[in-house]
Amino acid sequence: MTATESNCEGIQVEDTDEIVREFLTESQENLDQLDRDLVALEADPSSAALLQSVFRTIHTIKGTSGFLGFGDLESLTHVGESLLAKMRDGSLTLTQERATALLELVDAVRATLESIAATGAEDPTDRSALVRRISDLQAEVPGVPPSDPSEPVTEAAPAAKPAGEALRVGEILQNNEIVDDTDVAVAVIEQQLGDDRPLGEILIAHGHATPGQVADALAVQESARSNALGGGPNGATPFHVGADASLRVDVNLLDTLMRLVGELVLTRNQIVATATTQAEPAMLRSSQRLNLLVSELQAGVMKTRMQPIDTIWSKLPRVVRDLGVTCGKEVRLVLQGRETELDKTILEAIKDPLTHVVRNAVDHGIESPDVRRAAGKDPEGQLTLRAFHEGGQVNIEIDDDGAGIDPAKIAAKALGSGLVTAEQLRAMGPREVVNLIFEPGFSTAEAVTNVSGRGVGMDVVRTNVEKIGGTVDVVSELGILTSLRIKIPLTLAIIPALTVECAGERYAVPQVSLEELLCVEGDRARAAVEYLSGAPVFRLRGSLLPLVWLDHVLDLTEGPHVDDAVYILVLQADGRRFGLVVDRVLNTEEIVVKPLSRQLKGIGTYAGATILGDGRVALILDVRALARRAHVVSEGDSLSTAQTRDSEAAKPDGPEPLLIVAVGPRRVGVPLSMVTRLEEIPGASIEYAGQRELVQYRGNLLPLTRLSNLLGVPSEVGSERLKVIVYSQGQRSVGLIVDAVLDIANEAPRSRGDVHEYGVSGMAVVQERVTELLDMEQAITAADPQFFIAIAAADAADVSAYDNYAQIGA
Amino acid sequence: MELRQLTTFTVDGLLLGVEVHRVQEVIRYQEMTTVPLGSQGTAGLINLRGEVVTAIDMRTRLGLRPRGEGEIPMNVVVRADDESVSLLVDTIGDVASVSSDQFEEPPETMTGAAGSLVLGAYKLDNQLLLALDIDRATSPSGAR
Repeated sequence: MTATESNCEGIQVEDTDEIVREFLTESQENLDQLDRDLVALEADPSSAALLQSVFRTIHTIKGTSGFLGFGDLESLTHVGESLLAKMRDGSLTLTQERATALLELVDAVRATLESIAATGAEDPTDRSALVRRISDLQAEVPGVPPSDPSEPVTEAAPAAKPAGEALRVGEILQNNEIVDDTDVAVAVIEQQLGDDRPLGEILIAHGHATPGQVADALAVQESARSNALGGGPNGATPFHVGADASLRVDVNLLDTLMRLVGELVLTRNQIVATATTQAEPAMLRSSQRLNLLVSELQAGVMKTRMQPIDTIWSKLPRVVRDLGVTCGKEVRLVLQGRETELDKTILEAIKDPLTHVVRNAVDHGIESPDVRRAAGKDPEGQLTLRAFHEGGQVNIEIDDDGAGIDPAKIAAKALGSGLVTAEQLRAMGPREVVNLIFEPGFSTAEAVTNVSGRGVGMDVVRTNVEKIGGTVDVVSELGILTSLRIKIPLTLAIIPALTVECAGERYAVPQVSLEELLCVEGDRARAAVEYLSGAPVFRLRGSLLPLVWLDHVLDLTEGPHVDDAVYILVLQADGRRFGLVVDRVLNTEEIVVKPLSRQLKGIGTYAGATILGDGRVALILDVRALARRAHVVSEGDSLSTAQTRDSEAAKPDGPEPLLIVAVGPRRVGVPLSMVTRLEEIPGASIEYAGQRELVQYRGNLLPLTRLSNLLGVPSEVGSERLKVIVYSQGQRSVGLIVDAVLDIANEAPRSRGDVHEYGVSGMAVVQERVTELLDMEQAITAADPQFFIAIAAADAADVSAYDNYAQIGA
Repeated sequence: MELRQLTTFTVDGLLLGVEVHRVQEVIRYQEMTTVPLGSQGTAGLINLRGEVVTAIDMRTRLGLRPRGEGEIPMNVVVRADDESVSLLVDTIGDVASVSSDQFEEPPETMTGAAGSLVLGAYKLDNQLLLALDIDRATSPSGAR
């Protein structure tokens, strides 16, 4: 044998050893879990998750042992797997007998593994009996008791039974007509023959009684016994399968575990990163396994920290009642979604802000019964707390049907205290104004009472919520309601994120904010980015997506630039969408959020930092803050569909001209750039295709929609001559029927507000009149549902199709 | 007469010292992640055994000349306000034992960033050892 050969062999043996060792370690852990899972499964045979977990574990051991050539182990686990498979597909249930057999199988596997660990080979014990038994258990009918009914019946009980026993379990079961005396007798004989299991268990094993029935019988026995002792329920724990399943654990321990899991996740990421670059199959395999295990561990540990929100809500009824009495108010507290679970740390963090908000709502939101009666409201105010999960976040809404918040008062106050300038105020929508209550230093002093002052502490509420990565927003309708909406992450420690590259550094973007990823390459990249008064936008399925270059917003470059490919992350912040342009999109991974040091907290654009797979630090972007910094989320900018403009023809800074039309009693503004022509058509020329109205128009069919229908208002128009706004893009056109064309407004809308109404994208004051801004996308889709789909398809063929709109003809 | 032990290091020729018990460790230069929009002196973030630590370039912080090409700084990791912060310095010196009678307040003429970040000077035999005010040197407010 040459030196080289022996060398090679040495490596191979070593490799196998390595795998075996790993298999042993891994299986050891799995077996312990299997024990627990099986017992839990027995208590709750309907749990698909537990069954799945048991099945998976056995399956893994089987697979690996087959791979490593441990034949006995493989055949052993194989029968177990087959049995479990039948349970999984529902053709068998987990009887106690089967559970016992499976547990014995676990023991056998464990013994085999120990032998492998000690000697390197499977132990020679013959397991064929067990294998046969498990195979037999796969029969449809559960095993019949091995007892012979002709055996003599003896009425006896072991003397070892505790004294003071009122009734025997067997007797109770007999009384309940679950078992007959023969069954009990057989069981008793078995006990006398040396079976040290309790009678109930033997009966269950024989299939005469179910665990539930025995549990009931034991409970009866227990209460009878304690009654007999004159004790009542004196702390004697009733037999309950689930009771022992919970355990008190020190929170500090959980915190430590959580931290460790966090570190483990990091290490896992590093290992997985290394393993994928080195194509060592063994390493790759174990790293994948590690990956899986750590994810499960992480989920498990995270789960231990979850508590229902009711743990902090449960104190609120009392708070509200007491406060109501103090302030002379009648308040009905409604709690919805009490079972919504949150990480303990987060619960702690929102406890005080939540109480504060509730106090505020009772003290200032809800009026006194007299005032309410005078306003025609129910004298009893209602305070509703709602909690629910949505998009990986927990939403908590605190609504009161009280007086609401007056934006005018808030504005005056904010101006008076120098919080904002008159100019800033003018640029704000009412919702933004109301949200000024969260600014530090804002206090409507006249409203301060000894209970709470609206404004005092609202900044603390926001600070606390933001500290845990949440957001808070207030919506109010004067005289009707105030609604405070808090959004918080489920957990703080580990979040799924997308890693991207920008200007040579990597950044992590929390996936919560990520809606989609777009990549436009080559010549299309340059065409895809258009400019709207100098602001770059991208057309995303017919609506305009404002674009923000990450390197630009971080002051790393001068301005927007279009390279060979544009990678756009469509992000959502504060209910608005924007596109973040990055250099490269790298990966999605679970990242551990590390807090920022004091030096960096003030910057605001980062939510934290994390350590990536290669050990380098990456900053986690704070999407909201980025949006704010890039000015894409100000109420002043309506970034909805309607505002499009031909980039060449438009004056760079002028306001968007609006075509003002009447639809029923409403004034509606349509961006002039979305008006290709205005036409008048005779009502008689309308034809129908199903429910849809259309006219023949310039040799094509023009689908029509009546804006009155879209907006749900009665139409005041006759049927002779219909006014139609025609919008064309490429080869497709749609017609929007309006009641009358009123004017073209060139002035800038004075203020804009949010509306949440179908067909309307916003509201503005134009020519001193409230004008609703038509949501062109919805209007066009109403006329022709295929419009944008067809355009997108045409786009793929011909980018220049965009160019023929914005001509106006009347 | 009070005796103190200072860990010393140099920054652009200045000999600076911080109290030994404030120093967590001294490590070689680490690759850093830059922090766009970070304040002046924020050199970047380093991974210190799983902890993310901000590194502050003492040259920038003290308003001194930037480090030349190829000059690799050292990390002096100190504890400040319950956080680890790394100070990027040029070279590491010995631990110096100084006594309070060697101490003098910073002279009035010492202005600028350096003046505000130095507690005073210890007059050593052959040169001056400036006692760095770690808390101010690492505080975010005085960072710009």
